[in-house]
Amino acid sequence: MAYKVTVRENWCKGCYICISLCPKNVFEKAGLIDDRGIIVSKAVRPEDCIGCQMCADHCPDLAITVEKEDE
Amino acid sequence: MPKKNVKTHLKPGRYFMQGDEACAEGAVAAGCSFFAGYPITPASEIMETIVRRFEEEKRVFIQMEDEIASMGAIVGAAWTGAKSMTATSGPGFSLKMENLGYAIMTETPCVVVDVQRVGPSTGQATRTAQGDLMQARWGTHGEHTIIALSPWSVEEAFYETIRAFNLAEQFRTPVIILMEEATGHLREVVSVPETIDVINRVEEGEGSPFGGKEPLDAVPPMPRFGTGHRLLVTGSTHNPDGYRKTQDRLTQENLLNHLRDKIEGHKKEIVEYEEYFTEDAETLLISFGFAARAALKAVKEARKKGMKAGLLRLKTVWPMPTERFAALAAQAERIIVPEMNYGQLRGEVERYTAGKRVIGVNRADGEVITPESILKAMEEGGAK
Amino acid sequence: MKQEYLKYIRENVFPSTFCPGCGHGILLNAFVSALGELNYDQDNLVLVSGIGCGGWIASPHMNTDTLHTTHGRAIPFAIGVKMANPKLKVVVISGDGDLTTIGGNHLIHAARRRIPITVICGNNNIYGMTGGQASATTPVGARTMTTPLGNDYLPFDLVKLVKGAGGDHVYRFTAFHAMQMKKAFKEALQRDEFSFFDIITGCPVQYGRRNDLRDPAKMIQWMKEESVLYTGEYHDDKIMVGKF
Repeated sequence: MAYKVTVRENWCKGCYICISLCPKNVFEKAGLIDDRGIIVSKAVRPEDCIGCQMCADHCPDLAITVEKEDE
Repeated sequence: MPKKNVKTHLKPGRYFMQGDEACAEGAVAAGCSFFAGYPITPASEIMETIVRRFEEEKRVFIQMEDEIASMGAIVGAAWTGAKSMTATSGPGFSLKMENLGYAIMTETPCVVVDVQRVGPSTGQATRTAQGDLMQARWGTHGEHTIIALSPWSVEEAFYETIRAFNLAEQFRTPVIILMEEATGHLREVVSVPETIDVINRVEEGEGSPFGGKEPLDAVPPMPRFGTGHRLLVTGSTHNPDGYRKTQDRLTQENLLNHLRDKIEGHKKEIVEYEEYFTEDAETLLISFGFAARAALKAVKEARKKGMKAGLLRLKTVWPMPTERFAALAAQAERIIVPEMNYGQLRGEVERYTAGKRVIGVNRADGEVITPESILKAMEEGGAK
Repeated sequence: MKQEYLKYIRENVFPSTFCPGCGHGILLNAFVSALGELNYDQDNLVLVSGIGCGGWIASPHMNTDTLHTTHGRAIPFAIGVKMANPKLKVVVISGDGDLTTIGGNHLIHAARRRIPITVICGNNNIYGMTGGQASATTPVGARTMTTPLGNDYLPFDLVKLVKGAGGDHVYRFTAFHAMQMKKAFKEALQRDEFSFFDIITGCPVQYGRRNDLRDPAKMIQWMKEESVLYTGEYHDDKIMVGKF
């Protein structure tokens, strides 16, 4: 089962709750600070995602979408 | 604004009733479909009459836990399309101020009755006063405009309540009915007609649901909740679509000017007054509500004595007919302002009468002003 | 957030005004997901809120009829809406300062009278928007702007308060319990009776900064560790979660 993990970066505020809750270490802080002054969270290992939705459910900015690849 | 001619719920004829009752019957006749209230002397009888009628007419009544809650509830109800009302006296009127300001800011039509009693504070619950005139105008904080009506008889309590609902609907604003305990608890005859004219707000139409766009004095349409408009109603400064704009100077200015122009720009349709013997009045009386009854008697007595006295009686107290003050003052030698407070109307009259001599006849001790005391003030003021 | 559920929010006001890691945002997320999973009719839903960050959850983020009222008074306005048009689903979403401190009286009367509205309290134990003053739910010992040496007063236990007042459907969850919260929201959305939610949302900036929970992820972890599912035994020293 493959999952597509999307972070809407202009909604992300860099709280990193997703990084803390992800059981598979899918996310990492971006390497660069963006022009809002935020280091966003990036889904760098989406292939490891198990679709638990912990990130999407807990994002205070509704910025994360996790969907099955074949959808 | 189109008027609809509707049958009243009462059989046409003459009724002997209390001022509070008449006010409630007027509300029912006008189509009031939601009332939220709280017990307070001397306004509880309005609520009592409403409860009885609403059971018969199957309309919604709710007694709330306090006056603040009843004001909030009538605003909420109004956004579902209801014509809503609450009734109180001084202490409750004070509590309602914040939510009254909310109704003004959100352009919510509703009617708020204040049956004035002696204040300040608990004062004298069963005795009469006119101490809330300025509070009706400025009780809620911030720059704002309001409509307030002042019935002087039980019959007027019926008709002015109907007018209050019509003005609220037409101008999308709360309308205050300033009665006195004296009228509220008085029994007089009311002639109820077969039909009356009612105005209903425009719910669907071109444009945004809130003001701020040109022309600033236009009344925007007011859709109701649950019809797909996904309304953004807020007491924060907002643009015409309802979005909060708390950092924007122009949005605030446009909104405020709209709220003002909506009413001040339509004074002709809002301001009503009566004149008695003013054509050649050298002694001009200006009064409102129950005090005006004594003023009229004083004027009639004065005329018998040969004095050229006249009365300007305000039916709408806010906004005031300031142009009429000035016009009548021009021909007068003195102006007498009888009121059951220490000079709230007098101050406004002085403002608009360019240095004319203005004499107050004042009492705030719970008793009604007497025609004799007014006549005495007229004579002492030089009226011959 | 699932693409299909975005219709319930006004995308034009995102990114939201909430601070990074704000628990109220998690509440918003769960509420939107609940609506989405039910394919809820967003045109028969009125969201009423008061003043404060909690009051901004619904207004202007939600793409429904919203009524952003005066401080503490969301419930009376909501009662007016619901009683005047009982067909509407009316949900109050507001903060602990708004709903339970200044607005406490309206809350208990609504519970007592079992008014058929849903009341969701975004409870972050502080008055956040005004800079972090103590509220009726600030824990004993917590530092706030108005209790710099630690709060002395006992807070309300909102579950006990509302149940005591007569509330029949009373829940508590924390921001950590996003999925359970969403499920419970779905129950309340399908019920035309009084429901109350004490949602421990967490305020990393005003509360967390003063109480060693500044990091949002750390605050969520703390919620996870301190919570115990309620199965009949109530522990006052824990955050009891579930249905009561």
